[in-house]
Amino acid sequence: MNMMTRHGAALKIENCGKTFADGTCALARATLDIGQSETLVLLGPSGCGKTTLLRIVAGLETPDGGGRVLFDGKDLTRQPIEKRNVGMVFQSYALFPNMSVAENIGYGLKLRGLPKAERAAQVAELVALTNLGGLEDRRIDQLSGGQRQRVALARAVAIRPSVLLLDEPLTALDAALRERLRGELNDLLRKLGITAIYVTHDQAEAMELGDRIVVMRKGAIAQIGTPREIYFTPANRFVAEFVGAANIVEAPIEGGELILPGGRVPVAGPATMSRAVAMVRPETIAIADAATTGLAGIVDGVRFAGDRQRIIVRDAASLPLAVDAPNTIKVRTGERVGLSIPPDAIRLLPDEG
Amino acid sequence: MSHKSFVWMCLLPLAAVTAAFFVLPMAHLLVTGAEGPRGLPEYLAIIADPRYRATLLNTVLLAAATTVATLIAATITGLFLQRHRFPGRAVMIAILTFPLAFPGVVIGFMIILLAGRQGTIGDVSSRLLGDKIVFAYSIYGLFLGYLYFSIPRVILTIMAAAQKLDPSLEEAARSLGASPWAVLRDVVLPALAPALVASGAIAFATAMGAFGTAFTLATNIDVLPMLIYTEFTLAGNLATSAALSVGLGVMTWLILALARTFTGNSVAAAG
Ligand SMILES: Nc1ncnc2c1ncn2[C@@H]1O[C@H](COP(=O)(O)OP(=O)(O)O)[C@@H](O)[C@H]1O
Ligand SMILES: [Mg+2]
Repeated sequence: MNMMTRHGAALKIENCGKTFADGTCALARATLDIGQSETLVLLGPSGCGKTTLLRIVAGLETPDGGGRVLFDGKDLTRQPIEKRNVGMVFQSYALFPNMSVAENIGYGLKLRGLPKAERAAQVAELVALTNLGGLEDRRIDQLSGGQRQRVALARAVAIRPSVLLLDEPLTALDAALRERLRGELNDLLRKLGITAIYVTHDQAEAMELGDRIVVMRKGAIAQIGTPREIYFTPANRFVAEFVGAANIVEAPIEGGELILPGGRVPVAGPATMSRAVAMVRPETIAIADAATTGLAGIVDGVRFAGDRQRIIVRDAASLPLAVDAPNTIKVRTGERVGLSIPPDAIRLLPDEG
Repeated sequence: MSHKSFVWMCLLPLAAVTAAFFVLPMAHLLVTGAEGPRGLPEYLAIIADPRYRATLLNTVLLAAATTVATLIAATITGLFLQRHRFPGRAVMIAILTFPLAFPGVVIGFMIILLAGRQGTIGDVSSRLLGDKIVFAYSIYGLFLGYLYFSIPRVILTIMAAAQKLDPSLEEAARSLGASPWAVLRDVVLPALAPALVASGAIAFATAMGAFGTAFTLATNIDVLPMLIYTEFTLAGNLATSAALSVGLGVMTWLILALARTFTGNSVAAAG
């Protein structure tokens, strides 16, 4: 396998929606471009249509009339999955229980009529790539969850797919393993340089793995952007709250300052608004001496998280504010503290009523 | 009372029932088989006597053919019914499983209605071909009867097993480029293997030992249960019929054990 080069197809999803036979509208019409060797993450809560969109790309569902799926400009909408050359990794892994690890990985190559020796060589390469050495002859039920995940991945990339489709591949694993495998998966995707669509409901996974993230909500696309764009400039309240932690503050703006119950904070943008919806990330707020800041509040609680602490401050805004502070700062519940927020850390969101 | 002795106590009734209803009659049968004028070699007669041997072979072939045909027909039908929703599906399942309750006599009667001297097939063929086709009273009639008997049971088992199949396994195979035929060969059939072995075993054992259908169709079809019946009631040959019964049991058991070891690997892996 050629390392560090670009692989896979450039994808175009055009006007694809899905209404199931029972009338469920799982996906509103969406149009998306995915560049060659790009990793696109579909992120959203359970039931928002991520799997449906992935299955449309795979060819396991047909989009509603007028929708088209193009691989490198070629319209494959009418082609079934077996003609699309896609590598799929399922949440359940869907490994064949009647085949060994090596047979699972080599199955797609066998179907392509690759001679036995060549097949064995490629399987060996994939086994090494996915750290499965020594497990080649194991049965699937003799593997751990993490090993299964890697077999599923090796099996999917073995066929050198046009696009790798991963549907919550880490969700079935426990938290510690999930974090470690997330790193491994990221390295592997970069190394393979293959076009990939990765479905997850976990925003940390999306941030780490995605070149771009598509945030979805109720079958519609809420925002598309790089992880940084999504995190720092969320398009709306849903994205702001779903990706990372966010304080959402509703207040008027006067003279370029947000008018809050606990004081005033300068904002970038319009000088006057009768009602603004502003987002502030907890880690952008700093605890300071109440005498030096325009905004102050009362410490309502401190949650120590090891590497940092989350301080809840009431009476500064209409709702309690979450502040992430370094673990060295000492504050007590009931203490009055000042809060300093840089103007560019306040993001105004559209007022959705 | 310790946990262990409690378990043993619970096993006591099981042991009593096993002894009373399985071991004792079977032992009696074994002894009876050796008590004829020929003594123990009575058992050898099953193999040595050309008539008995031919009958045994006939029975095994019939049972094997029934099993294979049943499995093929029931797998195709069962998979289709499990996967497709169409109007009339429930009615079709009801019709297919209707014969479940019928005793062998009724099945035999239905075969006569179908392929007997006044049967449907005879009527149609004499009108179309000018030649009346009648096969109810032969081994073919019996084969058809056993199919009729076995297919409903196997269909139900296959449908239950197919329902438990993880659809993403098939989707994974297809994503790797598998044609429908390859999916069937590499994914579906291996997953159904335990159900196929279990229901195939029942179909086979039933066809080996069923009596009612054979008796209804004709008294001169050469299958082992008929032979046992004639030896027992007509010839009053207690020892021979006991020896033949034991032979029938052992033979069926052996063939099933053989089938299980052959498919054992795939079954274990798919389980
Ligand atoms: N085959 C189907 N028939 C009817 N509704 C479906 C089907 N598959 C999914 N849905 C519905 O479509 C919506 C989106 O599902 P899905 O794409 O699986 O969401 P996600 O993967 O984001 O959790 C859900 O409300 C789900 O119940
Ligand atoms: Mg899903």
